[in-house]
Amino acid sequence: MANKIPRVPVREQDPAIRATNFEEVCYGYNPEEAALEASRCLRCKNPRCVGACPVGIRIPDFIAAVHEGRLQEAADIISEDSSLPSICGRVCPQESQCEGACILGIKGEPVAVGKLERFVGDWKLEHGAPVQPAAVRSGRKVAVIGSGPAGLACASDLARMGYDVKIFEALHEAGGVLVYGIPEFRLPKERIVAREIAQVERLGVEIETDVIVGRTVTIDSLLDEEGYDAVFIGSGAGLPRFMGIPGENLNGVVSANEFLTRANLMHAYDKEYDTPIYVGQRVVVVGGGNVAMDAVRTARRLGAEATIVYRRSEKELPARVEEVHHAKEEGIRFRMLTNPTEVLGDEKGWVTGLRCVEMELGEPDESGRRSPVVKEGSEFEIDCDVVIMALGTSPNPLLAATTEGLETNRRGCITADEHGATTRKGVFAGGDAVTGAATVILAMGAGRTAARAIDEYIKNR
Amino acid sequence: MYPILEKRSLAEGIWLMKVLAPRVARSAQPGQFVIVRVDEHGERIPLTISDFDAAEGSVTIVTQAIGASTRKICALEQGDALADFAGPLGHPSEFVKIPVEELRKRHYLFVAGGVGTAPVYPQVKWLREHGVCADVIIGAKTRDMLIYTDAMRAVAENLYIATDDGSEGFKGLVTQVIEELVEKQGRHYDECVAIGPMIMMKFVALTTKKYSLKTTVSLNALMVDGTGMCGACRVTVGGRTRFTCVDGPEFDAHEVDFDEAMRRQGMYRTQEQRAAAIEAERKAGHECRIGLDK
Repeated sequence: MANKIPRVPVREQDPAIRATNFEEVCYGYNPEEAALEASRCLRCKNPRCVGACPVGIRIPDFIAAVHEGRLQEAADIISEDSSLPSICGRVCPQESQCEGACILGIKGEPVAVGKLERFVGDWKLEHGAPVQPAAVRSGRKVAVIGSGPAGLACASDLARMGYDVKIFEALHEAGGVLVYGIPEFRLPKERIVAREIAQVERLGVEIETDVIVGRTVTIDSLLDEEGYDAVFIGSGAGLPRFMGIPGENLNGVVSANEFLTRANLMHAYDKEYDTPIYVGQRVVVVGGGNVAMDAVRTARRLGAEATIVYRRSEKELPARVEEVHHAKEEGIRFRMLTNPTEVLGDEKGWVTGLRCVEMELGEPDESGRRSPVVKEGSEFEIDCDVVIMALGTSPNPLLAATTEGLETNRRGCITADEHGATTRKGVFAGGDAVTGAATVILAMGAGRTAARAIDEYIKNR
Repeated sequence: MYPILEKRSLAEGIWLMKVLAPRVARSAQPGQFVIVRVDEHGERIPLTISDFDAAEGSVTIVTQAIGASTRKICALEQGDALADFAGPLGHPSEFVKIPVEELRKRHYLFVAGGVGTAPVYPQVKWLREHGVCADVIIGAKTRDMLIYTDAMRAVAENLYIATDDGSEGFKGLVTQVIEELVEKQGRHYDECVAIGPMIMMKFVALTTKKYSLKTTVSLNALMVDGTGMCGACRVTVGGRTRFTCVDGPEFDAHEVDFDEAMRRQGMYRTQEQRAAAIEAERKAGHECRIGLDK
């Protein structure tokens, strides 16, 4: 029977200290804490958490296994539906998914599903049964474009089914957004991401870096010349957006993608590495999503006074609640209902400030959120030397432009049906490349769905 | 890893390297570039492709040791390897898509400055192979800094050389040679392609504008990924922000905001580096004419 105790708190690095380093913020549960937290689950007959999970993980079942110390079983239950538990446990917006639906959350605190998933995922990386390549190989080849969550999930499922899978990655390191986008303090690269990727490789998946499909090779050359039977596109949404306001090309204005790629992928914060990063004294990050939080907290760790500027109110911030909470603890300033109108610069072309207007919330727009309206005569300036634009990203048009018959919608997203089949025979797609910027778990789920469709496609050919 | 098959000095501090990169060699076309990372700690830097040989699987790059990363690349020897060599990136030069019969009616003028002479070579070579005429002007500070003159002479219809000190060819700037050819000799060109230091490209653009001569430049903007992800290479062309890596690297010279492009190149240059660079230039006897030492 469920234990009527408060949610077991998770140990975290002290905010004052962590604002000066890149170590992981949250330490996670130890086995005792995990078992205790697992004891809070009501094991509902009709679990609302499962319905709220984008991939339908059997949450009460894995939590029961954690409670009883059957950790390998817990890991097996999760892996039926998710291939990246230690990553999703860290980066899923649980408050709007599993934990948001938890019955316990109505009167008190929901079960810490995310922290429990992370615990199981980390345990599995450390102690779990080693993965084995499939015993029977089909002799059929599948090419996967992109080594982010969608590509990794699709590749590992296909490898388990016995396919020869090769992932083509454009950058020099595998992992996609897990490596270039999400910072070390939220998702450790060596301890977690590299090991998840090593698991995929142990299944027999090959990863070739430095291949930009559409330039180095094409989808057609993979199918016609290199003998692949099918292709999966998991190339994500990597193109940054800018506001189109005056002064945006001044020195000191960067996209969050550039800032985070320099810090994460290129290790610019580490003196051992050659890549520079420009942080300045005062940084303003424009935007309210997870990427904005990642950028502002990275800037803070690099010694800047860092501020978020967002055009709606705090309630509408699209970032995970935990990230906003952590950012505040670390001394990030939030200026809500504020929208930039111009980046100001000195005579040499370097940023000196950001001209903004105050906003107020009007009628709900098509997303259901109340749309911000400019408050008359509210113009003011914020002094700063760096402006980071974190306004969302869209898919790279390169693949659609270089592949005949591959259609995209008006937002540049690749058209695919619910199984991931695109308008081009033998070519499948999933994740941000199809949906536009979304979450790791949706991309992972789409990769797995497409793996099943690819299997069926090849078998019926 | 991408082994260096051959390394050769072209001029002081300028090295040619032939790199084994079969996939890049097979897909490369004139005008494209690669992203190179020298080792695990290196930056990703864009370098224009200077030649390629699909049969051998090799791609040639020419690097001038000017910053920390280019110095590291130039310190490698034959038999060493580059950690990463990704490409070919960017759009090929526009002429590769134009029907050859059409191209043969055109007369091209190429203007190459300093290390930018290297990427001009595959373009002129490609045109030569397709029976298209191209005149080439190469500019350098002094005779010892001239590169690719013999190779270029073999593929160009006419080759003109300009040095700042007159140690070889015309004494003066490449723009003066353009004026000489067009105004005094009455040469007609249908298109001009200029590759070299940003400041040279700016003044070539100003010169050819007088003759309404369509001019293309290849921009060497700062980049991280080179695939459209970071936006570090933003440049204003015709009033619109474009990404050099995916929309370029070649743009209409008369539409490019060169002053902004030059300023943006200095984004990650620290005060100290800037001072050191100016000092080094002064020692080399170079007086800055555009006020970068102010």
